[in-house]
Amino acid sequence: MMELDVRTDERGVGVVVPRGRLNMVSARSLRDALDTLVNDGTHRIVVDLAETTFMDSSGLGALIAGLKTARQAGGDLRIARPTPAVTTVFELTNLDKVLRPRESAEAAFDD
Amino acid sequence: MSRRGPVERTPQQAARRLVLIRVIVVLTAVLGVNYVAWRWLFSVHWGAWWIAVPLVIAETYSLVDSLLFGLTMWRLKDRGAAPPPPPDVTVDVFITSYNEPVEMVMRTARAAKAIRYPHETWVLDDGNREEMRLACEAEGVGWITRSSAWTDRPRHAKAGNLNNALLATEGEFLLILDADQVPLPEILDHTLGFFTDEQMALVQTPQWFVNVPESDPLGSQAPLFYGPIQQGKDGWNAAFFCGSNAVIRREALMQLGVSGYVGEVEVGVHRALRTGRRIVTEARRSLERDPSPHDNAAQVAAALDKILYDIGRARRELARGVALFDVTYRFQRRLASIRRELVAADLHALRSDLAIVAELEGLAADPDERLATVDEAVLEQLAQREWSPLGAVETVQALVDAVDVDRAAEAQPIMPLATISVTEDMATCMRLHSLGWRSAYHDEVLAHGLAPEDVQTMMTQRLRWAQGTVQVMFRENPLRQRRLSVPQRLMYFATMWSYLSGFAAVVYIAAPVIYLLFGILPVQAISTDFFIRLVPFLIVNQLLFWVVADGRPTWRGQQYSLALFPVWIKSFTSAFGNVFLGRTLDFAVTPKVRREDDGGRPWHLVKPQLVAMGLLAGSGVIGLVRLLAFDQGSPLGVYLNLFWVAFDLVIFSVVISAVRYRGFQPAGQPVEQPGEAAPEPRPTAPLPAVRRPVPTHRGERR
Repeated sequence: MMELDVRTDERGVGVVVPRGRLNMVSARSLRDALDTLVNDGTHRIVVDLAETTFMDSSGLGALIAGLKTARQAGGDLRIARPTPAVTTVFELTNLDKVLRPRESAEAAFDD
Repeated sequence: MSRRGPVERTPQQAARRLVLIRVIVVLTAVLGVNYVAWRWLFSVHWGAWWIAVPLVIAETYSLVDSLLFGLTMWRLKDRGAAPPPPPDVTVDVFITSYNEPVEMVMRTARAAKAIRYPHETWVLDDGNREEMRLACEAEGVGWITRSSAWTDRPRHAKAGNLNNALLATEGEFLLILDADQVPLPEILDHTLGFFTDEQMALVQTPQWFVNVPESDPLGSQAPLFYGPIQQGKDGWNAAFFCGSNAVIRREALMQLGVSGYVGEVEVGVHRALRTGRRIVTEARRSLERDPSPHDNAAQVAAALDKILYDIGRARRELARGVALFDVTYRFQRRLASIRRELVAADLHALRSDLAIVAELEGLAADPDERLATVDEAVLEQLAQREWSPLGAVETVQALVDAVDVDRAAEAQPIMPLATISVTEDMATCMRLHSLGWRSAYHDEVLAHGLAPEDVQTMMTQRLRWAQGTVQVMFRENPLRQRRLSVPQRLMYFATMWSYLSGFAAVVYIAAPVIYLLFGILPVQAISTDFFIRLVPFLIVNQLLFWVVADGRPTWRGQQYSLALFPVWIKSFTSAFGNVFLGRTLDFAVTPKVRREDDGGRPWHLVKPQLVAMGLLAGSGVIGLVRLLAFDQGSPLGVYLNLFWVAFDLVIFSVVISAVRYRGFQPAGQPVEQPGEAAPEPRPTAPLPAVRRPVPTHRGERR
């Protein structure tokens, strides 16, 4: 199962850390967490994937849904530190070509 | 009536059958090519080219059809009984409904609930009906309606309904059922086993209808398609998804949705940048040409230059491979700041432009299609309009917004089921195959469906299938799908090709009529050569049908594939108008319930066929009179054409029995219901005959 850490750092960036398996069962809780963040006024979000051991396309779908919500609020969603297993899932759908992972959650909004 | 389950064959028997089939396929191909080559090279009557050339083209069309059929049969794959199901996967059963009677949907829902393998049952109620919600609650099945995100956005019919439900559920596998397809309790036990292959995305089972008499006057059953044709396609890993009675792996669909999203966004952003550059360049030029009526012309010109620079930069970055989401994000922020500067400069004189822009934003944000299929013409139109400078800024913003990564015009960024066609299933399946997934066809009836019971509903349904298939061919031509294997491309193409038969049918009607009336022969001579080459081809062709059908009735399908020629022609013309000219498909709304008997018969529906029959019969009589009374024409030519006329008449006669058909009357035998010992009486209300489009096989045949 997946655990979800959500915090807002000192620059006002929301940091979401899914631990464990981000799959069709847990995707919805990620989607809800991202929605809540944006609705509560945090429009810049980074999803730190360093502790995500497994991800499927439903997990990617939740990320895209979060990206949509964030962008519509004038912000952005970025990802950081995907593991090789997770990177493979990005590559299968070409998502790696359009969504660039950042090296760390802290530096995700540096550019 | 009944249909047997999978035919039990030993591996040796199956292998022997396949050898036999291949021998006949080769024979058919050799004899067919021999005949048609001879026709082109030696026997076209060029003097009467206006009928001779269409005829030889029609014959070539039929040869290609026959070759594609042979290719389909080459690797006929009989999977036999399904492997045992994995013990612990999660399954959602989806029953798609739009406006069918609640009782009919609940009948399916009860049967779905009674499916043995553990699962959850959901009614996908696109009608959002309170009584349906209550019925679902009472029955203890889930009820799903569109989320608020769909308000004022393209609904995409059944594909949209399924896409909405996909995000509301989480089972690893989905069983998709039309509202009138009552599943048997073993349907999951007999299909899930195929998914032990991790690349297996889809298992399709037959659609078979209980309210159809043995004679099948409307050609509802498709025993050849749901049988050898699907098995043949399966052999090439191209078994089709047909919209209902199929189990799908969620991961495959979601992957399709995500990769589709990426593709659409890429295409859309590139297009917006290209068009945006044209608009701004145009505005910049007009600013130079005419002295601006506004005071801030210089500032506006500078802003436009900045935008042009940013567009160029964004395009260069994309070309360099910079991640698209980063490029669009930066681009939008820069555009936003330029815009703020302009607004801050108090350009109130330009307010009137903003009103026009608001309209345009509406236009850009509400494409009826998915973004990547936004009509280039619409964008062109935007570019061609005369724009004042701030208007240009706003238009670029509007366009970039419309095609930005959030896909604001759609209810969901992820649309796993394809929405490019009225038949979502074929396009979806083709994309799954493109991604490298596998599909299987399991030849066992595991659901009992209801077919249309009147000729009008039947014809509307066939038209929609055909239109959907042709739409896919025009929008995503399978021959150009580089990630499909060549046989896979041909399997999809074969189905599309078969719908061209409408045009060939016209020629096949015209040729004998013209000979019998005017004595004009499209071939140079009806010689021994002609018979020696043609007859063996026709015989092996029928032999192939006979062998692969293996006792299944094929005649009705053969009749309808010619007799519905006006429907096939209309499907091409209307889909062409839709895809290339932006027209609506313009089909009559499918009648929801069987037409009440009003005494009259809807002969007007088959007018073209009746006219054709009249022409054929009349020309037959005249030809005979010409021969016997006036000694005009050769006896051989006349008798051959009379035979041809008779054959056509027998084919077309099917429309007469179709029009005269009064709906299904069970002949005393109870309709077997799953999970019920006692036969259930037929619903007393007029039987709903609404059907959803599935692709493929028209009046059957290939």
